[in-house]
Amino acid sequence: MTMSRSTRIVLRVLTVLILCVIYVPLLLVLVNSFSASKTFAWPPRDFTLDWWRRAAESQGALDALWVSVRVGLAATVIALVLGTMVAFALQRFRFYGREVVSLLVILPIALPGIVTGIALNNAFRTIFGWQLGFVTIVIAHATFCIVTVFNNVIARLRRTGLSLEQASADLGASGFTTFRLVTFPMIRSALLAGALLAFALSFDEIIVTTFTAGANLQTLPIWIFNNLFRPNQAPVVNVVAAALIVLSVVPVWLAQRLSGDAESLGAGR
Amino acid sequence: MSTSNRRSRVRVGLLLGPPMLWLGVAYLGALAALFVTALWTQNGFTGQIEREWTLDNFRTLFTVDVYRTIALRTIAVALLVTVIDAVVALPIALYMSKVAGPGLRRFLLVAVLMPLWASYLVKAYAWRGMFSEGGLVSSAFESVGLKSPGYGLAATVVTLAYLWLPYMILPIYAGLERLPNSLLEASADLGGRSLQTLRRIVLPTVVPAVVAGSIFTFSLSLGDYIAVRIVGGTNQLLGNVVYDNVGAANNLPFAAAVATVPVVVMLVYLAAVRRTGAMESL
Repeated sequence: MTMSRSTRIVLRVLTVLILCVIYVPLLLVLVNSFSASKTFAWPPRDFTLDWWRRAAESQGALDALWVSVRVGLAATVIALVLGTMVAFALQRFRFYGREVVSLLVILPIALPGIVTGIALNNAFRTIFGWQLGFVTIVIAHATFCIVTVFNNVIARLRRTGLSLEQASADLGASGFTTFRLVTFPMIRSALLAGALLAFALSFDEIIVTTFTAGANLQTLPIWIFNNLFRPNQAPVVNVVAAALIVLSVVPVWLAQRLSGDAESLGAGR
Repeated sequence: MSTSNRRSRVRVGLLLGPPMLWLGVAYLGALAALFVTALWTQNGFTGQIEREWTLDNFRTLFTVDVYRTIALRTIAVALLVTVIDAVVALPIALYMSKVAGPGLRRFLLVAVLMPLWASYLVKAYAWRGMFSEGGLVSSAFESVGLKSPGYGLAATVVTLAYLWLPYMILPIYAGLERLPNSLLEASADLGGRSLQTLRRIVLPTVVPAVVAGSIFTFSLSLGDYIAVRIVGGTNQLLGNVVYDNVGAANNLPFAAAVATVPVVVMLVYLAAVRRTGAMESL
């Protein structure tokens, strides 16, 4: 508004350029999933739907997808409960050590994934003597998903304040009634947004998963990674990648509509 | 007063108990155990972990040239990625927050966020396609008569910068949102040119935001080993050393020792940036 015309033009051009760089690689994957060639040759010559058909029949990919969905749901439920509890504690009460608590919530995503991964791997195997598998993936994912729920809920609590709940209490509602009729409706969409992002985070995670999944269980990212370097699988991997690009639109769009708060979206990994 | 105090203390305890138990046991406990393991050693013959205290792993880490090179390379890559992201994120965040109208702003936000949630692997894979023989990058380089960089450190830096870019754009955008336009107007009224306003008003406001973003870009780069395997050619980062020692070599103590490097680097970094107020804008 107060910037000179030329500054604004420069900024606009840069923005368009950056958006191109953001989208061109993803579009190439999309286009390539229909390319008849097995390699990334550019430009593609012939187009086909064959790879999509083959991908839909790929049992390995489908099994991995199912594992990913179950892990994501379980981790999301745990993260919802724990993340909401921390958010309420930090927002509603003043106590010694608040900073430590908020650091502890952020730490699992602030430290490199490989550290989280190997720490959990070591703990599960060496200390608890567990077999790696479904449960260990869920525990690992829930640990770093807590922060997305926490971020969404605490942002909402900050914005809504306490007056409605106080009014409810003044009118004689019990703590439980107030929660059911006042607090919960206020934070419902933030919970949903947090859950969506937690699920997306879990669905996408590969580094921590590699260390906590063991040899017998594959999530979708692990399946993609294992098949990435197999020349025969390239077209199917391409289709799975293309499908994931298209699908990733959904949680962002939904979460954006639910929370209306850009910051809470980015705060998770 | 004291009863309500006690009651609120009970409530905090009930609220914090389960999550702190989870994070304390599942996470802090695991981290602590990791550092303990780093002080153990592996029997080279049987492959079993021997629970004897030793600093051998760290000695190897610091004296063997390969590991020192890899550690320095990893830190350099992480720094470079962070700088690139900051430089790229600034103009787009500035445009979104101060030039674009409300409708365009929403659109741009979603446009920036969507790739953030596109799968990590898919994004790295996309850049594998870009840098592959006959891919877009090599075609572009060849069309101006240059040799394509192919898979290597350059491709790794580009891919990592691409992967983490949204983590830099979002905090800067949020920081600029909070910068009142009246300040920019005042600067203009007082005769400040665009560049002067940028340097003296905008930059100081975005520093904490850049630092907040850098925590993610830096940390995520420090721990990465997948992107470098996908586009990095034969190069290795610290993450690869950790991975190889957990998997193939099954030398958990040494892997643990290597993993402490990014943790120490990150803790130093976090301690250094605490003063900037960046932690509050995370």
